[in-house]
Amino acid sequence: MIIGALLLLGLFKFPLWNIMLGAPQYPDPLGMNIYIDGIQGVSEFDLQNIDGLNHYIGMKTIPKAHEMWEFSMFPKVIFGMAMLGVIIGLLGYFGKISYKYFLGWFLFMSVLGILGMYDFNNWLVDYGGNLDPHAIIKVTKPDGTPMSYKPPLIGFKKLLNFDVTSLPHAGGYLMFIGMSLTLVAFWLGRKTSLKKTT
Amino acid sequence: MKNLIKSTLTVLGVLVAFTSCNNSGNSGKKSGALASNVAEKVYVAPGEYDSHYAFLSGGYSGNVTVYGLPSGRMFKEIPVFSQFPTSGYGYSEETKPMLNTSHGFIPWGDAHHPDISQSKGELDGRWLFINENNTPRIARLSLTTFETEEIIEVPNSAGNHSSSFVTENTEYVVAGTRFSVPIPQRDMPIKDYKGNFKGALSFISVDPEEGHMDIKFQILMPGFNYDLSHPGRGKSHGWFFFTTYNTEEASTLLEVNASQNDKDFIAAINWKKIEEYVNNGGGTMMPANYAHNVYDEETHTATSTMKKEVRVVNPAEVPGAVYFIPTPKSPHGCDVDPSGEYIVGNGKLSANLTVHSFTKMLDAIENEKFAGEAYGIPILNFEDVLAGVVEQPGLGPLHTEFDGKGNAYTTFFISSEVVKWKLGTWEVVDRKPTYYSVGHLTIPGGNSGKPQGKYMFAMNKITKDRYLPTGPEMEHSAQLYDISGDKMELLLDFPTHGEPHYAAAMEAGIIKAQSQKIYKLADNKHPYAAKSDDDTKVVREGKEVHIYMTTIRSHFSPDNIEGVKVGDKVYFHVTNLEQDFDVPHGFAVIGQNNSELLVMPGQTKTSVWEPKQVGVWPFYCTDFCSALHQEMQGYIRVSAADSDTPIKWSLGEDIE
Repeated sequence: MIIGALLLLGLFKFPLWNIMLGAPQYPDPLGMNIYIDGIQGVSEFDLQNIDGLNHYIGMKTIPKAHEMWEFSMFPKVIFGMAMLGVIIGLLGYFGKISYKYFLGWFLFMSVLGILGMYDFNNWLVDYGGNLDPHAIIKVTKPDGTPMSYKPPLIGFKKLLNFDVTSLPHAGGYLMFIGMSLTLVAFWLGRKTSLKKTT
Repeated sequence: MKNLIKSTLTVLGVLVAFTSCNNSGNSGKKSGALASNVAEKVYVAPGEYDSHYAFLSGGYSGNVTVYGLPSGRMFKEIPVFSQFPTSGYGYSEETKPMLNTSHGFIPWGDAHHPDISQSKGELDGRWLFINENNTPRIARLSLTTFETEEIIEVPNSAGNHSSSFVTENTEYVVAGTRFSVPIPQRDMPIKDYKGNFKGALSFISVDPEEGHMDIKFQILMPGFNYDLSHPGRGKSHGWFFFTTYNTEEASTLLEVNASQNDKDFIAAINWKKIEEYVNNGGGTMMPANYAHNVYDEETHTATSTMKKEVRVVNPAEVPGAVYFIPTPKSPHGCDVDPSGEYIVGNGKLSANLTVHSFTKMLDAIENEKFAGEAYGIPILNFEDVLAGVVEQPGLGPLHTEFDGKGNAYTTFFISSEVVKWKLGTWEVVDRKPTYYSVGHLTIPGGNSGKPQGKYMFAMNKITKDRYLPTGPEMEHSAQLYDISGDKMELLLDFPTHGEPHYAAAMEAGIIKAQSQKIYKLADNKHPYAAKSDDDTKVVREGKEVHIYMTTIRSHFSPDNIEGVKVGDKVYFHVTNLEQDFDVPHGFAVIGQNNSELLVMPGQTKTSVWEPKQVGVWPFYCTDFCSALHQEMQGYIRVSAADSDTPIKWSLGEDIE
């Protein structure tokens, strides 16, 4: 449980998510790493170059850390959840509280995670669809509605000449492993307590 | 699928090879050895890389061309000694100082012998040096930016031909004089050449960190012609060897008068001894006037400084530093094998190839076995120093390179062939024709202690029927051979640009990894750089108008400019804001008596325009930079000289 919760702290060092954009002219794809406290380019000038390309289709520039409340809130939430997990873990270890709190933490974290994903997706929708009406290149779908350049939340999508791949990154995987470990902790706790009762 | 394409193309390649072989008649049949796998050996599939870089001198183009081996594809022309309108080199305000000399601005040069910098006797891929023969200069090119970074003029020299070869730790790049001259230059009868003219051998120190060049000393040698040179290496590190001809000291009809002596000399210079002499205050500072031009990567600007003195050394005053080794018949190439033991004198009018022994030379010097002296310089006995003779290998030997496996390869201009022979036994083991009249040859790492085998290419002076004819003037031709087996195998013909006297080549790894993609805008210290659209402005200073302009896909900022008048001198300072690999922008304005600018990401370049007519004149981006390249344009309004149109500029809105 404690290890699982501490793995969340990996998010402070490693990106949660990664979006890569490859195209014929970009054999070395451009990429952005999404950290809980901001977005950084995979290579030094990737963000500048993505913004440079996006201006043709009227997308807003990639937000700086101070332009989105999420980037100041997420680190606090993650740190808080990690600490809460450690406390629950310690109390559980010393038998002060039931193993069921482990599951509680997991469920709470899952809800927060889903909310986070929902928020992230909303941002992607806005980022990809809320375009400058004076955009240089305006592409419409066959039904006449403006094309959205929303990157996929997870997986692969073709956007004009770009192949866009969006996947969790190291920090994200550490979080998933951590959360799984808390489930394991819950299961172990349950097994032990069942043995005791029999 | 990839394999299918590859094999199909290979088959096509082979068919083409055979077809062209049949079409080229006699010369093709002579090459004969086109085995069925030859096409595969030079085929580099689309998107794949060559294994070697080759830097070929552009000869009278004044520049350097970059090729890939084994494909023979040209990747880039790097301007060095000649103006290059493609990029604006020698036209832009920043690069004009690169071509400054004691004779003023010179738009052209004759580039000869490139050499890659070395550490511990191996190529380190940091810099490329190359000499200019006509107005003696040495240039240093960066092999991270592939740009010319520095040019130093060599005073007291003429026909800067036995240059620009580096010692095994790039302590020095060395430049010798082919045409001896009065030193110092003065008004005197030409017929008084003998005994009065001198040949300067210049040792130019190279700063180990930045590469900056400085003439440490010049040895004022007798008035012979110092034709080519190479450094000692390994055991002979600390020595430098120069071939000489015209030891007759003729000043007219040299083709006859300089061919009379049975033997000329190889001058053996113990530069470590002279360095020590100079470090202890030896030699004299002599008044001189020569340009030292340095390009700064951060200001993107070159500065030219005139240097006013140079240290000269009289070789007769440094005992034990200089010796003459008799070598038959006007030797041309002077080549030292990877171990440093053998010094090959390619006597161009001799039937045999002479090889001297460094060990024997030291022995003769120690025992003071001298045959005489010339101008106070001891002459050794030919027989005492001789290591061996390659008997009757061909006609007109010029240059020799080594494969590091005990073999030497010598070019023969007159019999038009490359001959492979063994060091030590001096036996000829193979010969292959070249097309035609080969000058230099290059083995990657050839001038180093560690040649990188596998390939050798011959650079020929005469092309004739090798390619589709292009009128009287043809590019020269080169042939690539595989030298990994016992016998040389002709792989490829490829045209070369200008006259590639010599080339330096090396395995691609080091250079490929360090090749720079962009210049960082944050590091740009150009005094007229505009690093964002907010920095753009137009400033009038009397008759000069400075336009601080930026480019980014796909606009100039500003793109509307007013207030310029006829008679003004307009400076377009163009900064490319891009920080993306291979996204240059170009700049040209109508009626400009100048070249275009090609501005790399993060770089600032300046073009001067002196408008002579009233009107509204467009400028535009010359490099198809983006989908909206055709929209990348602007207007500059030119008013009458006595008008009072105020200076104004804008982007995206009308000038108010």
